[in-house]
Amino acid sequence: MKFNGFRHLREGAKGLVRNGWMTFASISAVTVTLLLVGIFAMVMFNVNKISENVEKDVEIQVFVDREADQAKIDAVGKQLEQMPGVASVEYSSKEQELDRFKEQLGEGSEAYQSVEKDNPLHDRYVVKATSPDETETIAKSVEKMENIDSVEYGEDYVEKMFNFLDGVRVGGIILIVGLTFMAMFLISNTIKVTIFSRRREIEIMRLVGAKNGFIRAPFFIEGLLMGIFGALIPIAVVIFGYEATYGVLQPQLMSVNASIFSLIKPSELSAQIALILLGLGAFIGVWGSTTSLGRFLKI
Amino acid sequence: MIKMQQVSKIYPNGVTALREVNLTINQGEFVYIVGPSGAGKSTFMKMMYREEKPTSGSFLFKGLEVGKLKNRQIPELRRQIGVIFQDFKLLTSLTVYENVAFALEVVGEDKEQIRKKVMEVLDLVKLKHKARNYPNELSGGEQQRISIARAIVNRPSLVIADEPTGNLDPDTAWEIMEVFEEIHRRGTTVVMATHNRDIVNKMRHRVLAIEGGKIVRDEEKGMYGYEI
Ligand SMILES: Nc1ncnc2c1ncn2[C@@H]1O[C@H](COP(=O)(O)OP(=O)(O)OP(=O)(O)O)[C@@H](O)[C@H]1O
Ligand SMILES: [Mg+2]
Repeated sequence: MKFNGFRHLREGAKGLVRNGWMTFASISAVTVTLLLVGIFAMVMFNVNKISENVEKDVEIQVFVDREADQAKIDAVGKQLEQMPGVASVEYSSKEQELDRFKEQLGEGSEAYQSVEKDNPLHDRYVVKATSPDETETIAKSVEKMENIDSVEYGEDYVEKMFNFLDGVRVGGIILIVGLTFMAMFLISNTIKVTIFSRRREIEIMRLVGAKNGFIRAPFFIEGLLMGIFGALIPIAVVIFGYEATYGVLQPQLMSVNASIFSLIKPSELSAQIALILLGLGAFIGVWGSTTSLGRFLKI
Repeated sequence: MIKMQQVSKIYPNGVTALREVNLTINQGEFVYIVGPSGAGKSTFMKMMYREEKPTSGSFLFKGLEVGKLKNRQIPELRRQIGVIFQDFKLLTSLTVYENVAFALEVVGEDKEQIRKKVMEVLDLVKLKHKARNYPNELSGGEQQRISIARAIVNRPSLVIADEPTGNLDPDTAWEIMEVFEEIHRRGTTVVMATHNRDIVNKMRHRVLAIEGGKIVRDEEKGMYGYEI
């Protein structure tokens, strides 16, 4: 028995060319699907990373009541330092907070003018717990202390973000599943046309005793190729798009909370996402062609 | 080579095409299948290459129960059988050479062997000089010779032909019959369904007459037997 791979590849490629527009539509469907999957996956990877960061986070932001005088503020600091499980406490006055804020806003803007007149900010303590396990307990008991306006820690941020992302996630999954099916359907339809246009050839192959696998292989490869070609653009867009997004977003997020909002480095994700999209494209292609083969190429 | 016992075929639509057929065909025989239209001749032949399964009874080919073959065993069976039709079934986008080579390519024969066997068989059907032509550049008789070449290039032990001369004028039909005679002379078993009285009466071989799905006559060196 000789190796038939090249023959199957050649015949599969012929099918792609012969079906011109249908091939194009199928590949486009895979492209759109995988683009969405890619973007979605990038978001989800980072959300996971952020939840992990949260789990490791030991930082608690304590905002002091605006009515509290300096003595009360200092008292809060003392109390915080004496709490069990607290590793360190750092103080930043509302004037210091304002300076930092103004730096971010940039001089001359309208917002700058208004905060300049009337400082809306709080005095703030940054408390670090000795271990992540302590973070929540400490935050909860600080909340009950006097002269405290509010307490923020990782889980807080993330809950808000998750509420928003839950909607995105459900919508995204529905859209992706729908598009995946459409892509499979288009591919299976293209394969059906190929099978139909080659029915004479198939009839003779069967007649002279070609094996089932041999008859199917080119169609299988045609589907596979459509899936793989459909993955190329999404891979490029997602990888370069993520690099660009990372460049813009990361510095901004870092200024909000560096220990929680650190995104995954593009270099760590590129290979992974390329493999996922390629694999999924191949899967869509193979699945699409297999359903058609099952229905129209019975022995 | 072929042994049928009480073989019946009822199509899903309820038509009974064969009724309790008993029959033996030995290696190297030449058998005509004759009978009126709708008698079951094509059904009989389709069962041999397992295009159809018998509804009941036992159909042995070289000791194998053909009706019980698994789908994946069918290619093995068909490699031992060459099939020829009235309408040639050539691939119009391939040359004569490629059409014949196709039958070997798809069973995984290597290139050198393919070249050798194809040229040999084109020589046998006397169409070596048309190897590079396309089927639509050939006459009906030449096209049928190509389809015969394709059927025998893999050296099957059984050749089945369903009205191979049905579309051809009498002279061309005789040329085609010469090819079958040659195949038969080389030891291959030939089973041929035909409506051609002249041929059956002049080139004498065993005749099986089928009517309404039953074998009504089985004669060595028989005659066509139906009057117009
Ligand atoms: N696939 C099928 N499904 C249902 N009935 C069929 C099928 N093929 C053939 N038949 C029926 O079976 C009977 C025998 O048909 P068959 O084709 O074997 O006849 P035949 O002897 O080859 O006729 P002809 O000389 O016209 O070719 C006919 O009544 C036909 O209508
Ligand atoms: Mg018939």
